[in-house]
Amino acid sequence: MERSMLSILAHHKSKSTVEKAAAIILKGCAIVSIIAVLSITAYMFISGTPALFKVGLTDILFGQVWAPTATHPEYGILYIILTSILGVFLAIGIAVPIGLLTAINLSEIASKRVRKVVKSAIELLAGIPSVVYGLLGILIINPLMYQLELFIFKDSLTHQFTGGSNLISAILVLAIMILPTLINISETALKTVPDDYRKSSLALGASQIQTIFKVVLPAAKNGIMSAIVLGVGRAIGEAMAILLVAGNSVNIPLPFHSVRFLTTAIVTEMSYASGLHREVLFTIGLILFIFIICINLVLTYILTRGDQHE
Amino acid sequence: MAKIQARNLNLYYGEKHALKDVSLDIMENKITAFIGPSGCGKSTFLKTLNRMNDYVNNVKIEGEILLDDENIYDSRVDTTILRKKVGMVFQQPNPFPMSIYDNVAYGPRIHGIKNKKELDVIVEKSLKAAALYDEVADRLHSSALGLSGGQQQRLCIARCLAVEPEVILLDEPTSALDPISTLKIEELLMELKNKYTIAIVTHNMQQASRIADYTAFFLVGEMVEYGKTKDIFSLPQDKRTEDYITGRFG
Amino acid sequence: MNNSIYEKKSRVIDNVVHVLIQLSTFISVSLLVVIIGYICYRGIPHFSFDYLIQTTSILKNTVGILPNIINTIYIIVVTLVIACPIGIGGAIYLNEYATNKKFVNIISFTTEVLAGIPSIIYGLFGMLFFGGVLKLEYSILTGSLTLAIMILPIISRNAQVALQAVPKSYREAALGMGSTKWYMIRSVLLPSAIPGILTGVILAMGRIVAESAALLFTAGSLSVLPKSLFGHLFSSGGTLTIQLYLEMAKAHYEQAFVIAFILILIILLLNFIAKWISNQFDVNKRG
Repeated sequence: MERSMLSILAHHKSKSTVEKAAAIILKGCAIVSIIAVLSITAYMFISGTPALFKVGLTDILFGQVWAPTATHPEYGILYIILTSILGVFLAIGIAVPIGLLTAINLSEIASKRVRKVVKSAIELLAGIPSVVYGLLGILIINPLMYQLELFIFKDSLTHQFTGGSNLISAILVLAIMILPTLINISETALKTVPDDYRKSSLALGASQIQTIFKVVLPAAKNGIMSAIVLGVGRAIGEAMAILLVAGNSVNIPLPFHSVRFLTTAIVTEMSYASGLHREVLFTIGLILFIFIICINLVLTYILTRGDQHE
Repeated sequence: MAKIQARNLNLYYGEKHALKDVSLDIMENKITAFIGPSGCGKSTFLKTLNRMNDYVNNVKIEGEILLDDENIYDSRVDTTILRKKVGMVFQQPNPFPMSIYDNVAYGPRIHGIKNKKELDVIVEKSLKAAALYDEVADRLHSSALGLSGGQQQRLCIARCLAVEPEVILLDEPTSALDPISTLKIEELLMELKNKYTIAIVTHNMQQASRIADYTAFFLVGEMVEYGKTKDIFSLPQDKRTEDYITGRFG
Repeated sequence: MNNSIYEKKSRVIDNVVHVLIQLSTFISVSLLVVIIGYICYRGIPHFSFDYLIQTTSILKNTVGILPNIINTIYIIVVTLVIACPIGIGGAIYLNEYATNKKFVNIISFTTEVLAGIPSIIYGLFGMLFFGGVLKLEYSILTGSLTLAIMILPIISRNAQVALQAVPKSYREAALGMGSTKWYMIRSVLLPSAIPGILTGVILAMGRIVAESAALLFTAGSLSVLPKSLFGHLFSSGGTLTIQLYLEMAKAHYEQAFVIAFILILIILLLNFIAKWISNQFDVNKRG
């Protein structure tokens, strides 16, 4: 037989060029996410810090008057920050019990058929655009809140009626919007709990409910914590759904007050703001961004702590 | 005296007839071993004794199992009380991801004991009964997952003892363990039988002959032969039993 | 002591908890029913085919959302064209090439961060960087570039999961026959991972269709028909969601609901397609 012309050394060069180029290009793709995070961080700080120096850190963060277009403009965003924190906190307070119990049902109790139906519903709920939630908030929740407001404050001489566009309405919308996140991630966490734990608990004479609450939930707590943290992130960043629902004027965050959140403050005024006013809006963006980064760090901490346990 | 009596027990997984007309008595304060090749139904039978098969989809059970003359498949039965009386230890050591103390105290707490002192007593007693106390006395509050496999399995036995069962079911409790841990658990079982009725599934015939007073041989869902262990191993009545224990199949 | 197994313990707490669990599930599901039901109830009566194929014009006295539909399609296509190669390429690198664990961890962390950043922040960044620094102003391209970063985590994560699901033996078989790594990836890995990758792309499309806050300050809100195929990239264009927001802000609720109805239909369709693809995928796996 004739010796093959194909040497294992031939073609090596041209092929390796393609190979190398592919590796480099692919690495470049992977690095895009790092570049993106770095540039977003850089731009948020570059655009958000000037106003802090011009107006003064305490005047912005702790100022109680927001009057950017007045002759002597004031840029206090204390109430806006408080609204975001309180609103998110309460929305989580409403959504966590409902979401967690639904997740428990999906993972531990429901039959396959029920599970399939509920899961599809939750997936769809997650896909509904924020503006649609906003639209429904205005036309369903606000009128209901207005009725409640009329009932509670019918004799009040000082209450400023909001037509239902108030903090409670916004909290309800937020709570609904974060439900899918809570349910999906908690369910995944519950599903990863080994069946052995359930079996041995039941074999000790525990009821199903006792087993769920005393063994399964504690074993899944890291995953459930991540669900809650992600829910917080989702709620604090939501803008369009609560923009019109919350009434959108800067007030102390009390249940029946019309309020403004960090996100809605940016959306409302960005289109016409200019100069220092615009810079302050970027500062609000920076504050929101810092909140989000903190939430991410907490999340990473929870997840790595979970790894170490195993 | 018979503690548990199975009467014409049939079990189906969907279409599959997994237990065929099994009848046998499990004697009080004795160790009864179930042997047979994999898939013969011995584990399935064990699980019917405290109704852990209830959680398998598509399972259908006919016949009855009497525990102290009460049918455990009666509709009036509260399975939590049944399982308090008939405890179970699984093949894989499966302590909860909690401290050693909390693992043992889990059962008593579930059944309503809240008093700390009372729990302390139960935990200590159960760990001693499972021959684990001396090894873990100084770290009761550290995670149970830090224990060795053999220790974990003894912890699971202690956890089971803590609810003061009358019967203990063990599903191949030593198959995941090394020989020394296995020996410890066997010694433990020999001691426990003075107080409890024990049923153990094993595919290790030496183990059955070492510790069991009675042995039942299962083959494809059928209970082929049942009797005193020494009789089964020395004078098997059925050809199939003889083939199995002499190692001709399995 | 209670000695008979026949006496059932009454478990009041268990029963209460059971009721709460069922109630919560009912609430979660009924929310969806109410939302979709209400949108259909308010949207369908005003829905007309003309509305889909007309442009809003005072001169011609017509209302319609054709430009918004076209803008939405433009943004979906351009965003995916930008994000897919980068997202899938990055996933391939992480799964097949990367050896440095620290580097992989950093990228996973940044991907996680990107997934957590709210759209309003993307909007600000896009406006500053693509709109301002790159001088693209309010344009479909600005919006698409912004959304491309936003959906990158969805695409790359799904692609990574899909690649991980490809059995190791496939790779070994291809490499063992003398195929180069890149050829193995193109000829063996990607085709087997396609269904998973596609699921990610469909999910990303859903996210793009639903997006509003990130587009308001990047793609803007203009609704005019494109004058040229590529020129339109550089013109401002509002998507369906943006148009919905504008109608809502003007209290034109009838039109808002028609758009909401159309959006829900699109979301349902995308959901259905994603499900269908992943079902196909399962069948392949079994076979």
